[in-house]
Amino acid sequence: MNAWLIAPVALPLFAAILSLALRTRVRFQRIVSVCANAAALSIALALFNAVRTDGVLVLQLGSWPAPFGITFVADLFSAIMLVLSGLMGLAVAVYGLATMDEARERHGYHMLFHVLMMGVNGAFLTGDLFNLYVWFEVMLMASFVLLSLGGERAQLEGAIKYVALNFLSSALFLAGVGILYGISGTLNMADLSQVLAQPAHQGIINMISMLFLVAFGIKAALFPLFFWLPASYHTPPHPVSAIFAGLLTKVGVYALIRVFTLVFRQDVAFTHQIILILAAFTMVTGVLGAAAQMDIRRILSFHIVSQIGYMVMGLGLFTELALAGSVFYIMHHIIVKTNLFLVAGVVQRLAGSNELKKIGGVYRAAPWLAVLFLVPALSLAGIPPLSGFFAKLTLIVDALRGGSWAMAAVALSVGLLTLFSMTKIWNEVFWKPAPEGKPTLPLAAIPVRERIALLLPIIVLATCTVCIGLGSGWMFDLARQTAEQLLDPRDYVTAVLGVTEAP
Amino acid sequence: MNEPAHSLATSLPVLLIAAGGGFAVAALIPWLRWLLGERSTLAAALFPLAITAWLAAQAPAVFGGQPVAFRLPWISDLGLDLALRLDGLGLLFGLLIAGIGTLVVLYTRGYLHGHPDQHRFVMFTLMFMSSMLGVVFSENVLLLFIFWELTSFTSYLMIGFHHDQEASRKAALQALLVTGAGGLFLLAGLIMAGHAAGSFDLSGIIAGRDQVLASPLFPWILGLILIGAFTKSAQVPFHFWLPNAMQAPTPASAYLHSSTMVKAGVYLLARLHPAFGSSELWQLVVTGFGAATLLTGALMASGQVYLKRLLAYTTVGALGAMVMGLGIGTDAALKAVAAFLLAHAAYKAALFLVAGIIDHETGEKNVTKLGGLIQVMPRTGTAALVAAASMAGLPFTFGFIGKELFYTELAARPLLAAGFFIAGACFMLVAWQTGIRPFFATRTETPKHPHEAPWSMTFGPLLLGLVSLTLGIVPGLADGLAGAAASAMRGHPLEVHLHLWHGLNLPLLLSALTLAVGAAMIATASGWRSVAEALAPAARFGPDRLYDAKLKGLVAFAGWQTRFLQNGSLRRYLLVTVITLCALVVVSFARADMALAFRALSPVNLPMALLSVLVILSAIAATLSTSRLGAVAAMGVVGFSVAVFFIFFGAPDLAMTQLVVETLSVVLLVSAFYYLPPFAKRSTWRGRARDLTVSVFAGAVVTLLVLVASGVQLRDPISSYYAETSVPMGHGRNIVNVILVDYRGLDTLGEITVLAVAGLGSLALLKLRAKAGGKP
Repeated sequence: MNAWLIAPVALPLFAAILSLALRTRVRFQRIVSVCANAAALSIALALFNAVRTDGVLVLQLGSWPAPFGITFVADLFSAIMLVLSGLMGLAVAVYGLATMDEARERHGYHMLFHVLMMGVNGAFLTGDLFNLYVWFEVMLMASFVLLSLGGERAQLEGAIKYVALNFLSSALFLAGVGILYGISGTLNMADLSQVLAQPAHQGIINMISMLFLVAFGIKAALFPLFFWLPASYHTPPHPVSAIFAGLLTKVGVYALIRVFTLVFRQDVAFTHQIILILAAFTMVTGVLGAAAQMDIRRILSFHIVSQIGYMVMGLGLFTELALAGSVFYIMHHIIVKTNLFLVAGVVQRLAGSNELKKIGGVYRAAPWLAVLFLVPALSLAGIPPLSGFFAKLTLIVDALRGGSWAMAAVALSVGLLTLFSMTKIWNEVFWKPAPEGKPTLPLAAIPVRERIALLLPIIVLATCTVCIGLGSGWMFDLARQTAEQLLDPRDYVTAVLGVTEAP
Repeated sequence: MNEPAHSLATSLPVLLIAAGGGFAVAALIPWLRWLLGERSTLAAALFPLAITAWLAAQAPAVFGGQPVAFRLPWISDLGLDLALRLDGLGLLFGLLIAGIGTLVVLYTRGYLHGHPDQHRFVMFTLMFMSSMLGVVFSENVLLLFIFWELTSFTSYLMIGFHHDQEASRKAALQALLVTGAGGLFLLAGLIMAGHAAGSFDLSGIIAGRDQVLASPLFPWILGLILIGAFTKSAQVPFHFWLPNAMQAPTPASAYLHSSTMVKAGVYLLARLHPAFGSSELWQLVVTGFGAATLLTGALMASGQVYLKRLLAYTTVGALGAMVMGLGIGTDAALKAVAAFLLAHAAYKAALFLVAGIIDHETGEKNVTKLGGLIQVMPRTGTAALVAAASMAGLPFTFGFIGKELFYTELAARPLLAAGFFIAGACFMLVAWQTGIRPFFATRTETPKHPHEAPWSMTFGPLLLGLVSLTLGIVPGLADGLAGAAASAMRGHPLEVHLHLWHGLNLPLLLSALTLAVGAAMIATASGWRSVAEALAPAARFGPDRLYDAKLKGLVAFAGWQTRFLQNGSLRRYLLVTVITLCALVVVSFARADMALAFRALSPVNLPMALLSVLVILSAIAATLSTSRLGAVAAMGVVGFSVAVFFIFFGAPDLAMTQLVVETLSVVLLVSAFYYLPPFAKRSTWRGRARDLTVSVFAGAVVTLLVLVASGVQLRDPISSYYAETSVPMGHGRNIVNVILVDYRGLDTLGEITVLAVAGLGSLALLKLRAKAGGKP
């Protein structure tokens, strides 16, 4: 199974090349898109299964032994992220069949989508810090073009801010990699974990870790580095913002968790305390940002920021339970968030807008869509027994057990404010009658084939949310095992380097 | 857990079905409706009916002290188990929930006859019922919380049923936010209690109560839990949401806001009484808030004229009485609470259902404009009469028994007895206004011509009236139920013997006096109303307004914060990001208390020094330049100088790459000038000064980082491996090339992809924009 580790990167690359070759044949591009994403999901599931049964998988690219070449590693955390990215890729690819305009498809939408997935998967799999940088660049370029493709004024305005702040992140990341290589002589994360494990020179290691914290913090949209996200996510077509919302910031969170559990773990009392404080501010500022918005996607965008705070909170608390909470939160959040953006797209289709003031009556016109909105929306707000509740519960139980009263209070009250935002959407979009003379269309007004393409992904993702909630026992065990691996990286290091030096 | 094994086997599915099955049945209702039309509502009523019957069948075992239990592990590591348990308290509540639930679903058939969303209302009702049953059957406190939240949400859907009206949406949101906020406090309190007791099971918390009571956190734990219970049960100062929630359709009010959901807080206090009831803090706080709520509710009720608001405020009062009883917590008080709970549920649900009938048939909600309805609705009138009598506490109704028990306990506590006395008189006034006046006063004209309601609607109030009457005459029938419930509140078995006649004693005297004062209040009803009207402006200072102000304030603050942070200026964003970085690096530098390692620096020769000066000067020139060409030229100098640095350090290939990149950039930039708008200076001197400060600081911080890092070498770099293996294994003499295409070939692949995407992307952007003519 080890050799298959390259597949999540190679497959989208081939699909991208194929899409490029089929540039004018939009129909074939669509088929390629759905097939490639379905295949990616299957491979991800197979890898996940292999990791669960056989432990950490490793592929030394070019067969160069570990710290010298590039290593691909799949531990449970990576494997889970791969499955999630596969699922989101497929869901959005199917959804895109009914929403993307041909002009964008002709000009490379599908190609860019594949490249984006390649970058995302690469970031989840690589065990090499510079290689991670490369995947970030791949993601950044693909997402920038996707964001601006179509050239609408709002899109370009958002895209400029997006790319400027993300380039800054890249620069800091690169500086961090360079300096870290300078003191440690290696780029392999498992190797770094060993080299940095010595007690000396903690000061410079902490300073370097701050470069990574800010670089990844920008990617993850932490406070006060999140500006690019609310500036841009509401501008592109819905499938694009859905895949961005689901995956991009989570790659940042993934990188934060990876680096701050594997590489920078010597001075937890300092580094992780800073992370914890940033997490608290991220939660609060994000949710307040959402309370001030009156557009579905803008509300949802600010909620991404706020939810990132929860995921990072687990890292900041740095116990096994808290990390399990983070992992659970990521699993829950990616599905729910993508789904909400997908629902927003259907609302746009039926009511003609995403602005709360201009629309209404969706509950009356499309009651099933209302149900499909409620599942992810309530899950996001942490209403039991949906997935989000258990993610929050885990974090709050841990915070209260460890005496982090302020964090628990923040996590709880941000949950209430999230509920407030979700009910705002529900009130204005679903319950409120449609404005005079602008009736909301029923679902039946969408042609059958498009309706299936739109609703099927939403239904599947909503089902996942319910199942994660009801099967939270199983999911929690998985998250717990993942957290165990993260907290004790010996398996990871041994798998990559073959043998471990004595600590 | 030493539950008898047989109960595990036989009751396994039923408790679970009761507590979760409502959601499954609700999911079937759209299909049922498709099959049966409006009759699906009647079919749906079979579900609560079956649960009621099953619960009744469990009564003998439960009375005998053999609770029914069920447990499945869920997330054991978190302490969350699917643990359900039916004991005396659960049985009393369960019977009320499922029994009244049956009547309410039945009632909906008539009340929402012809309404296109009738089936949805039934769905919400069933979901709510199951959630509520879950609350009272949960043995695990986290599970209890899950169901607790579900009651909040399902009741949100029910209150907002008439979602076309803004008032309904607002009331629904208010109820959700108030109880939702309370829920958060509750969750924190329960988790902390669980941690202190070492168990998240109710029985575990009761068993570990000494640890909890001794914990320094106990006041916090209790406070958090009480806020949760008080918001749900509409205790002062959170009582305001309940009267507002009367926007709900009447069956919802009858169900949620009189007999079930609002009693969840009372339930929780009763449930936790064996654990915390012995603490003085509990006795003081719970009794105090209960008494305050009792008086507030009763007094505010006496000024109302709208049917449902009258009932809502007396509900607030009655909940206060129960909370007060739980605060006192003596055996007698607990018995009184158990009996009063049953009595209140029966008469209040009946009165709400009657209020719905009156509104439905006459179109009039104001009691002062109603009269003589007994002539056209004899069945409704009869039911109302009995319920009102029970509410007023007249003998031969169960309400009388409940009141007597309270007086028995309160006789020794004059202050509380006085409060109860005043409230009792107010209740009597309300009973007269809601249950008797509309039927027996002079006949009035109403917006709609009234008819007797269909049986589906009158059956419920009549049956409830029959219960009030039967238990009032033969109170011993309730001994088992009240005794089992009181035992659960006490924590050990209590015998309850209810009698109609306790002999001539103080409680009876107080009862009689209450009746007399109540009658006097009825006689002067209009006067009371004008007093209340005169006091109405005081509501400005009430918690309802406070809620509005807080919500507005929150949104305003959120708006301010967001405009401040996310102000749309890229320059600001970059500035904040850079400052954050600098601050974090400086903080970690200060923490470490390090010496700078200058000795590791390589020697500087004259050409290098000159080159550095050149780089710095051109960088400054680039920022000061007033033309694009000047800026690009200056940047070019920086780039070429860096290439020379590479040559100094023995990396000619890097220098070549750098030269090519620089040349190309300059050429491209200059050729792009043609398309750009004229160069404009947009920033002020102040802005530039600020930017300069931050840039210099950022530069200094990065320099600091590099200086500190240059003194540290934790291990030999891996590059020696490349030197050794490049030729024999990589088959290349140029190590950089071998690194690019072999050792780290994947990086190169990635970067090539980036370049390809950049190129194709620019092309697509230009073409797609050109085609659309600048528009999307």
